Amino acid sequence: MDNRRLKSGVSVTTRRVIAYIVLALVTVLCLFWFYILFINATRSHSDLTRGFTLIPGGNAVANWISLMHSSQPVISGLKNSLIIAISAAVLSTYFSTMTAYAIHAYEFKIKNAMFTFILAVMMIPTQVVALGFINLMGRMKLMDTFIPLIVPAIAAPATFFYMKQYMESTLPMALLEAARIDGSGEFRTFNSIVLPLMKPAIAVQAIFSFVASWNNYFTPALVLTTDKKKTLPILIAQLRSADFLKFDMGQVYMMIAFSIFPVIIVYLILSKNIVGGVSVGAVKG
Amino acid sequence: MDGGKKKGNSNVVKYNKWGYIFLAPFIIVYSVFQLIPFISTIYYSFFENYRSGLKQIGPNFIALENYKALLANADIWKYTENTFVMWIIGFVPQIVVSLLLASWFSDPSLRIKGQRFFKTVIYLPNLIMAAAFAMLFFTLFADSGPINSMLVQAGILAEPYKFMSNTGSARILVGFMNFLMWFGNTTILLLAGMMGIDTSLYEAAEVDGATSTQIFWRITMPMLRPIFVFVLITSLIGGLQMFDVPQILTNGEGAPDRTTMTLIMYLNKHLFNKNYGMSGALSVILLIVTGILSFAVYRFTTKQESY
Repeated sequence: MDNRRLKSGVSVTTRRVIAYIVLALVTVLCLFWFYILFINATRSHSDLTRGFTLIPGGNAVANWISLMHSSQPVISGLKNSLIIAISAAVLSTYFSTMTAYAIHAYEFKIKNAMFTFILAVMMIPTQVVALGFINLMGRMKLMDTFIPLIVPAIAAPATFFYMKQYMESTLPMALLEAARIDGSGEFRTFNSIVLPLMKPAIAVQAIFSFVASWNNYFTPALVLTTDKKKTLPILIAQLRSADFLKFDMGQVYMMIAFSIFPVIIVYLILSKNIVGGVSVGAVKG
Repeated sequence: MDGGKKKGNSNVVKYNKWGYIFLAPFIIVYSVFQLIPFISTIYYSFFENYRSGLKQIGPNFIALENYKALLANADIWKYTENTFVMWIIGFVPQIVVSLLLASWFSDPSLRIKGQRFFKTVIYLPNLIMAAAFAMLFFTLFADSGPINSMLVQAGILAEPYKFMSNTGSARILVGFMNFLMWFGNTTILLLAGMMGIDTSLYEAAEVDGATSTQIFWRITMPMLRPIFVFVLITSLIGGLQMFDVPQILTNGEGAPDRTTMTLIMYLNKHLFNKNYGMSGALSVILLIVTGILSFAVYRFTTKQESY
């Protein structure tokens, strides 16, 4: 196996060494920032002004306590972010599966037109319809509520498309017909047969929806105005616009860590599904 | 394959009303939260409608005046240029690194170990809250931040470099963050494309004595073209939407001297100032550009299927 032929002077071993060196550098490039963040979140303000070290400080707890008692409503921010992101993920996956099922399992007049329509609107960025969206929410008296941030998740073209692709490979029509013969209603078939079969796809898309909603800054910043209703990205932006050099820097780093590390931890636990999910979408996309 | 082609079968017809029922939530929600806003955004773009101090001007129908004013103003061109420059700064290294990594991962003769670890690591920055990531970079690259103190301690710099006050370095920072956040995603997309290439092509080339460089340029790249175009155009669409990173990094000001102000930051400014006419016109222009790009994606992906 090791007697691989030389290719124009560069042996496989040399190429492999180069590949590993570059991969190591890329790994450092990706993780370096989060490492500094971790270090700095554990150091006190006076430590931080003295310069940079590679060793964690002992001030993590103090920074945490001062963050909890700061003027920024971090705990309510976390709660709001969680409520919005979880609700959006649940609605988006459930109803996208339902929409995909409608297109996949039934024959009806507007089926093909609908499918083409959903694909056509998939690329429309939310930002460019924000004007009409904000105005309409104002008229519906929904400004400064979570509804404009949660309910639109029901109509998620990209999630629909993923579900549709997944369904084509895993959901045999014979199974649905067997359910019909057994007297199962269409709605029950969907909930008790289709949904369980779609679990792997639902898990992947739930993570993506959650993360997208958790990280979203543009729309929530336009919709939410009361301090107690703001989500974490808005609080981060407020931190940036405050005269932040007067702040306790240990606390600033702790707040950034507070918004970033929960997602990193969840990601590391579920990374296998997520990375796999990206490429599944890619092959089909 | 799935036995679903039962159009004429009367047994199935009675079930088909369920297609509409299951489709209803999507249609209703999409119409209310996307379609109506979409139409009213276009509608607003034809009206003079803004606040001047405490006075509300309009709405008065002025047809295409908003568009004329917008396009006659040098700002939009400046912001288009900014957006494009920062996109390029991020995209070029992104595509180079992604192609390199994907070709290594997919090369059976290299047998790279720990692929799952590397893929996990390079995809990680994509999931990070862009707002928090930008805030992190702002603190790290601040004049008195850790990067400067590191460079000064190491003797590389004599005094702290003002990253945020120089056009070049501020744009590079934004481009670099976009690169970091997206190259993992691009690598995985390209890798999926490379894994889809018929291995017998490679074997034939190896038998003929082709070098790995030749294989890459003569087989991998041509076969990868559809995915490559897909990545390019979707990245361009994403680039047009660039907002969170420069917004937080520069506190919405596009400092220095609005050279990092993007089109969506400009739109955001109009929305906050309640200038509905102008933000409508800007939205429609962005919509048209995105539409053209999306159509290009559609053309390429449908062509791909006919292979």
